[in-house]
Amino acid sequence: MTATKDIQQAFKERLDYDELMNCMRCGFCLPSCPTYGQTNQYEAASPRGRIALMKGVVDGLIEPDESVEKQLNLCLGCRACEPVCPSGVKYGHLLEEARDIIQQKKRHKWPVKALRHMVFEQLFPHKERLKNVHSLLAFYQRSGLQKAVQKTNILNVLPGNLAQMEKTLPPVPTKKEMKERPFLFEAEGTAERTVAFFTGCLMDTMFMETNNATIALLQKAGCKVVIPEVQTCCGALHAHGGEKDQAKKLAKQNIMAFESIQADDIVLNAGGCGALLVEYDHLLKDEPEWKERAEAFAAKVKDFSEILLQQQFVEKQKLSLPSQIITYQDSCHLRNVMKTSSAPRKLIQVINGSVFNEMENADHCCGSAGIYNLTEQEMSMQILDYKMEKVKETHAHTIVTANPGCLIQMKLGVVREGVEGSVRAVHLADLLLEAVESK
Amino acid sequence: MLNERTKAKLVEVVGSANFQDSSEARLVYSYDATPNFQSLPDAVIMPEDKDQVKRILTICNEDHVPIVPRGSGTNLSAGTCPTQGGIVLTFNRMNKILEIDEDNLTVTVQPGVITLDLINAVEAKGLFYPPDPSSMKISTIGGNINECSGGLRGLKYGVTKDYVLGLEVVLANGDCIKTGGKLAKDVAGYDLTNLFVGSEGTLGVVTEAVLKLIPIPETKQTLLALFEDMDAAAKTVSAIIAHKIIPATLEFLDQPTCEVVEDFAQVGLPTDVNAVLLIEQDGPPEVVNRDIEMISRICREGNAVSVKVAASQAEAEALSTARRSALSALARMKPTTILEDATVPRSKISKMVKAINEIAVKYNVKICTFGHAGDGNLHPTCLTDARDEEELQRVEQAFEEIFHKAIELGGTITGEHGVGEMKAPYLALKMGGEGVAAMKAIKYALDPQGIMNPGKIFAKDTRKRVVVRS
Ligand SMILES: Cc1cc2nc3c(=O)[nH]c(=O)nc-3n(C[C@H](O)[C@H](O)[C@H](O)COP(=O)(O)OP(=O)(O)OC[C@H]3O[C@@H](n4cnc5c(N)ncnc54)[C@H](O)[C@@H]3O)c2cc1C
Ligand code: SF4
Ligand code: SF4
Repeated sequence: MTATKDIQQAFKERLDYDELMNCMRCGFCLPSCPTYGQTNQYEAASPRGRIALMKGVVDGLIEPDESVEKQLNLCLGCRACEPVCPSGVKYGHLLEEARDIIQQKKRHKWPVKALRHMVFEQLFPHKERLKNVHSLLAFYQRSGLQKAVQKTNILNVLPGNLAQMEKTLPPVPTKKEMKERPFLFEAEGTAERTVAFFTGCLMDTMFMETNNATIALLQKAGCKVVIPEVQTCCGALHAHGGEKDQAKKLAKQNIMAFESIQADDIVLNAGGCGALLVEYDHLLKDEPEWKERAEAFAAKVKDFSEILLQQQFVEKQKLSLPSQIITYQDSCHLRNVMKTSSAPRKLIQVINGSVFNEMENADHCCGSAGIYNLTEQEMSMQILDYKMEKVKETHAHTIVTANPGCLIQMKLGVVREGVEGSVRAVHLADLLLEAVESK
Repeated sequence: MLNERTKAKLVEVVGSANFQDSSEARLVYSYDATPNFQSLPDAVIMPEDKDQVKRILTICNEDHVPIVPRGSGTNLSAGTCPTQGGIVLTFNRMNKILEIDEDNLTVTVQPGVITLDLINAVEAKGLFYPPDPSSMKISTIGGNINECSGGLRGLKYGVTKDYVLGLEVVLANGDCIKTGGKLAKDVAGYDLTNLFVGSEGTLGVVTEAVLKLIPIPETKQTLLALFEDMDAAAKTVSAIIAHKIIPATLEFLDQPTCEVVEDFAQVGLPTDVNAVLLIEQDGPPEVVNRDIEMISRICREGNAVSVKVAASQAEAEALSTARRSALSALARMKPTTILEDATVPRSKISKMVKAINEIAVKYNVKICTFGHAGDGNLHPTCLTDARDEEELQRVEQAFEEIFHKAIELGGTITGEHGVGEMKAPYLALKMGGEGVAAMKAIKYALDPQGIMNPGKIFAKDTRKRVVVRS
């Protein structure tokens, strides 16, 4: 069978036809889709269009050729189309499945294969290795892989973008710092609840300080915080990048790790990871022996901002900052999948001395979207520039985000605009800790 | 398929970036919001201005290529489904608000402007553009004009045609004409403006429109009245009008509709009563207060079990937004949702609702009804599954009977969605043979080659809606 026929067959077998039929093509989702907006309202770059493309392949109306694949790749996976869909179409699940099929059936040229292998199998599932991001980058450059990748069109944008991004990265913690972090943190005062902390990959390497801040805040809110040691990468990059099997493997490992701890909640500070964690039950829906365990796990997952509010953090702590204007960029997955949008805002709004200015379309994706800003650089930067315009209109000094991908992207935006001197991007946890400590 | 020569000429006009004929592009312009219709065009063209439109139409007229003008494809009558192939013409690049004229109270726009963007732009200047179809977040002005769309405010303020003052239209042969203008009065010859409004892209391409604006109402109040019994609600609608009150909005939802809408919107719509009226009045505060009080009384006298005025602007807004999502929310229940648009004189609402329910029982199909009760414009909506052919046949029969009933009560087969291809077989029901012939005479006088949106409005045969073609 040719790859095309193969893909078509798999679409027929694996895409949920009822879900495809559920889309009644009303178009209510169109205005919320960033790629539709940025392509001057091109239907193929809209949720309705992408669903139609998937259905078109299943119905045999079109072949899953490169243009179809291109449209599916151009989707940010931000899922802004889901909450606004009155028919309740689960677009994200359809996309994930379609991408998985295309990836698995595709015959990649070797450099791409090697890179995908490195990212998805060699890097993210292995925390130890992630802790050496810098040496891995060096490996990427030295091994000749970079040159090979540059020759293909797919990722030839990578180095340029990375170079700019480098500027934005915080100093990576030393190995010693990472090794010596304890696994148990007592609550300040009496422990009112026990939470298990999901550390994440990027969050625990590049942004370790933010993780530490989050833990400190949880302690101050009366939580005993436990870090299950054997937890691993959430699998979101894999699931969204068409490596579903790997994602499932990681999910099971995490479920086991957190089952060993009798915590009230599973807490994290990265919307991108959280969105997959709350959908582990969907990810593992075809594995009956995991169903209940995955459901129990998913039900406990919460963003730290929700826990802080629930624990009356704002009543317990005095929050203040030197005078500044703050704006908030939603993490798409936190908002659209975990359904957390008001908690971060409420937390920011109570900080004395600062002014909160809501930006227009704060709920629009910033263009980071996993590794989208590497694979679809042009669209990503177009979206980012649009976003920075909206930031400018708020006159904000501080852009708050709630997910590492968004944080890096917004930092990149600050660099691109050349406003490093006057505008900063910070994670909500860091901002709150700053506000607790600022006298 | 387009022949290479035609294609080359078209590409020359718009440039290759704005001429798309990949399978992807053709697929995503093969449908609109109408269930069971899909058909691939040969290409999609995105012109930039009137001149390009003129050149495109001239080429297509010479080479006999069908043209389907398309806004956002939200119509519910298969009006933009390219069943005869040809090219789909989109207006995403012709989407500018050209002028808001505060002296003459007009706004001049290109066809691709999104309805809500227009509404917001004029409201920012304290002006009001009333037509507000539920699809206004997505629909374009070009689409609204060509379907003569109505909205929740239609009862008091009228529909799109009441706000179109002038048009610039490119005809099938490439000629460009201007009708009407910023004038409040104009009786020079035939009223071509009104002829093009609601013409569903079959007479020409609208490239610019002058629309009428009015001052924005000072205040607004929203009221929700619940009824145990559908008949009581319908009678209350008639009673309100009979008391010489014209609310801005008078919407009706039946129980199953409320249930699904509430499930989606979570605004506190009751799900345990049989009928809900959503009523709005706007205007000077004294008038609004007086009318809302009076309406409350009429509702209670009409046996409403509860009458509640929204406490805040936000609550009122949430309720009407929820109502706007009714159709798509109903789509949650079953894979295929077929919405109809039967309209009767408003004094006959109660009779029509009753008939719809009896017909649903008779054919054993599930029909939920909501709609613009104040206008007599009902949307009986059938929840079905296109894969169940036997049931679809029954659905078809049920709708046919519903149309007959509407006509019998002095109504029509469509109040706002247009005839398109879906309802073409029923046009003669309303117009009679001679009426259809007169319409066709106009059509072929302006478009002798029949390139403008062929297959729409006029049925080739009496084929019913159940078609899917590729
Ligand atoms: C959920 C939902 C709710 C709806 N609610 C309402 C409602 O409350 N009231 C109502 O009236 N309708 C409603 N509709 C129907 C639809 O939204 C309207 O008919 C709308 O006006 C269509 O706008 P559009 O831009 O999508 O046009 P399209 O659907 O793209 O086109 C509509 C017609 O206009 C023609 N056309 C478009 N642009 C031009 C142009 N520039 N020149 C010539 N012809 C052109 C097309 O050929 C077609 O015949 C609803 C639809 C949906 C899906
Ligand atoms: S809002 Fe939902 S039903 Fe409507 S077109 Fe988008 S995905 Fe389809
Ligand atoms: S996930 Fe985001 S980018 Fe993709 S279709 Fe939905 S709204 Fe558009």
